[in-house]
Amino acid sequence: MTDKSDVLPELKVSVWRGGADGRYQDYTVPQRQSQTVLDVVTYVQRHLDPTLAYRFACRVGMCGSCAMTVNGRPRWTCRTHVTKVVEHGKLEIGPLENLPVIKDLATDMTRFFERWQQAKGAFAPTQTRDDPIPAIKPDSPARIAANAAIECINCGVCYSACDTVRWNADYLGPAALNRAWTLVNDARDGAQGERLAAVAARGGCHACHTHQSCQAHCPTGLNPTASIAALKRRTVTAWIAGEIAR
Amino acid sequence: MNLSLYLWQRGTAALMAPMVLVHLVVIFYATRHGLTGAEILGRVRGSVGWGGFYALFVIAASIHAGIGIRNVLAEWSPLPERAAGIAALAFAIVLCALGLRAVMAVAL
Repeated sequence: MTDKSDVLPELKVSVWRGGADGRYQDYTVPQRQSQTVLDVVTYVQRHLDPTLAYRFACRVGMCGSCAMTVNGRPRWTCRTHVTKVVEHGKLEIGPLENLPVIKDLATDMTRFFERWQQAKGAFAPTQTRDDPIPAIKPDSPARIAANAAIECINCGVCYSACDTVRWNADYLGPAALNRAWTLVNDARDGAQGERLAAVAARGGCHACHTHQSCQAHCPTGLNPTASIAALKRRTVTAWIAGEIAR
Repeated sequence: MNLSLYLWQRGTAALMAPMVLVHLVVIFYATRHGLTGAEILGRVRGSVGWGGFYALFVIAASIHAGIGIRNVLAEWSPLPERAAGIAALAFAIVLCALGLRAVMAVAL
């Protein structure tokens, strides 16, 4: 039974429909206490238009699949309360920017994850399961640096918010470079030279303009700008030492 | 931008940071003391120090601005990166030539 105090004024919601050449379509959605933007999108699909395409999985801010553009800003919609972002009773919900739209609110993330591969974002093991587990001191500088950057959920919010991604088709983007920085600080990894060369190449860390949109929008509070700045310093050191090609 | 361009741009910025301060002090000094053009020329003409200082400043500024213009053109104009690089190089050469010509005019 619905408590009367739960019933709030209705929301006017504009949702992107179609592909890149689509348009915003208006819906009216009942507002509830503790309602998230994902709840609003789900209501539209389940009660108003079952053809609406969108993506979500965990609903608790772990999987990174429900990111969308909400009132002009990229956000994780499952953890974004309507009351925090609604403007004059209105919500505008669109797909993430800087990624091709498949349909409605679902974007093609292929390019985003290809950048991770290009930045050598995969761990390169140096030992087998028969070797002893290397001891990594929690208070070592490298582990502290990796720790600060490691909780990325691959949601694409930073990629969507980044001006350099928008302007430079070759740019690897904040998430891929942030991932590379965590691995640069992993003493167990065996691909450091290749990784530093990859992030120092055209479209790598030096293309970043330090606008800090990634930091401002990251839903998990990471600072990819700091990771990229650290990569800039590390690649310069490696270049001087002759560890990467001149 | 690749690593070598990044180093050139940051290196010239580091070089110019103190030079800009010196340049500003010179401007304030000249205006506060009411120096005329002729008096300024009388002090800097034939000066290896001032000529060298401003020649280095012009070269650093040309390199720094050229790389910056290249980025702006590559990111904001429809020019492909190679064409943006050529256009920026031409801009840097013109800037350097005009600057050095001005330095020579007052220092030689």
